[in-house]
Amino acid sequence: MVQKSWWKILSFVLLVYTIVAGFLLEVPRLFILNETIRNLYFHVCMWFAMMILFGVSFFYSIKYLRGFHYRNDVFASSFAAVGSLFGVLGYLTGVLWVSVTWVTDQGQSLASVLKEPKLIGAAIALLIYGAYFVLRGSFTDIDKRARISAVYNIFAFAMLFPSIWIIPRLVGSLHPGAPGSDSGNPALDRNDMDAGMRMVFYPAVIGWTLIGIWIATLKIRVALLKDKILMHV
Amino acid sequence: MTRKVLALLHKDILLELRQKHTFYGILLYIASTVFVLYLSMPESPDAQVWNSLFWVIQLFVCVNTVAKSFLQESRGRMLYFYSITSPRAFIIGKMIYNMLLMLLMSLVSLIFFFVFLENPVSDSLLFVGIVMLGGLGLSLVFTLMSAIAAKAQQNAALIAILGFPVILPQLLLLMRLSKAAFGEVFRDGAVWQLAGLVGLFDLLVLVLAVVLFPYLWKD
Repeated sequence: MVQKSWWKILSFVLLVYTIVAGFLLEVPRLFILNETIRNLYFHVCMWFAMMILFGVSFFYSIKYLRGFHYRNDVFASSFAAVGSLFGVLGYLTGVLWVSVTWVTDQGQSLASVLKEPKLIGAAIALLIYGAYFVLRGSFTDIDKRARISAVYNIFAFAMLFPSIWIIPRLVGSLHPGAPGSDSGNPALDRNDMDAGMRMVFYPAVIGWTLIGIWIATLKIRVALLKDKILMHV
Repeated sequence: MTRKVLALLHKDILLELRQKHTFYGILLYIASTVFVLYLSMPESPDAQVWNSLFWVIQLFVCVNTVAKSFLQESRGRMLYFYSITSPRAFIIGKMIYNMLLMLLMSLVSLIFFFVFLENPVSDSLLFVGIVMLGGLGLSLVFTLMSAIAAKAQQNAALIAILGFPVILPQLLLLMRLSKAAFGEVFRDGAVWQLAGLVGLFDLLVLVLAVVLFPYLWKD
């Protein structure tokens, strides 16, 4: 049992560690950020997990088109669904963070603050996967649904990557990682982060990603059980 | 391959010339949209508003122009195409045809904008170039979206849902790029960098379409 589910136990342990250490350990006191810097262990990890889950979904879509095995379509759609969940959570944690750091006492509205290149990229990601599920919903034939939505998934993911990773770096932004700020890759640059924070951040990324994969595998198992009659394998 | 593409292109243009009502329909669509804008806008909108309105209208014009390219092909005719041509030739033919149509429509809507909503553009030639570049990218993306939506037996609504998030980054880049034609000073080489990025997006769409369309086209 341990051999098969060691990563589930690891995920649980890491997340307990993240929450305990994330809230209790010392963090650097920075201007404006103050204690909200602890949100790094949650907000940034959500996006990491989301990108990884969408990447896995993309991989299974390609795999589906290579062999037309219905299994791979179930994998692709489940990973996309869990990825979207993490995207929404990333958005929510981001909004929490924005409301205490970017929205200052100068009285600008939240709407003006949210018109940020990074946030636009994130919104595009969520819209694309929303469209993906609408597209899936509009088919009755499951083979056709699998094939067409795999094509859209591949196309959309390939278009999403440039928009998330290039555009925010070309235009000015409040978000870390814009030109002008001193961090090139937010959260990946070693000089960006205090050593103590890194001790919590890296395990947190792994923990959140693993729990995402765990949720996805549960979804996949349910879906495969439901469709067992169709698969005759 | 080239011959097949040319033959398909020829067929599409011939069809367009014989069924002029769709062509005039789009022209009328552009004219009435811009006229509504003209009536609802204050006198001479400032450059920023003009720019964003222009690109949003371009987006809708593109959806309407390109939408029918796959929806008009009946099941029987598609079966005929399977037997005489390859999917790559088919999608390339469609893309070239939609590109030409969209470039024409872009020019038309630009003229309507200049006539009805004044002309805040300081470098018109540059702006025409940017509009052409934009029309190209829009038509490429929406051709593929139209191919996907046609399979889902849905109408233009699905094209918009599928296409808008995908086209958004390009549209933002184009809006930013257009500011060069409104007299905003860019840092050296930034205009070419942005234009190159839009070009790369187009190339990416083209490659993806050629790779993915064979999976789309058979039922």
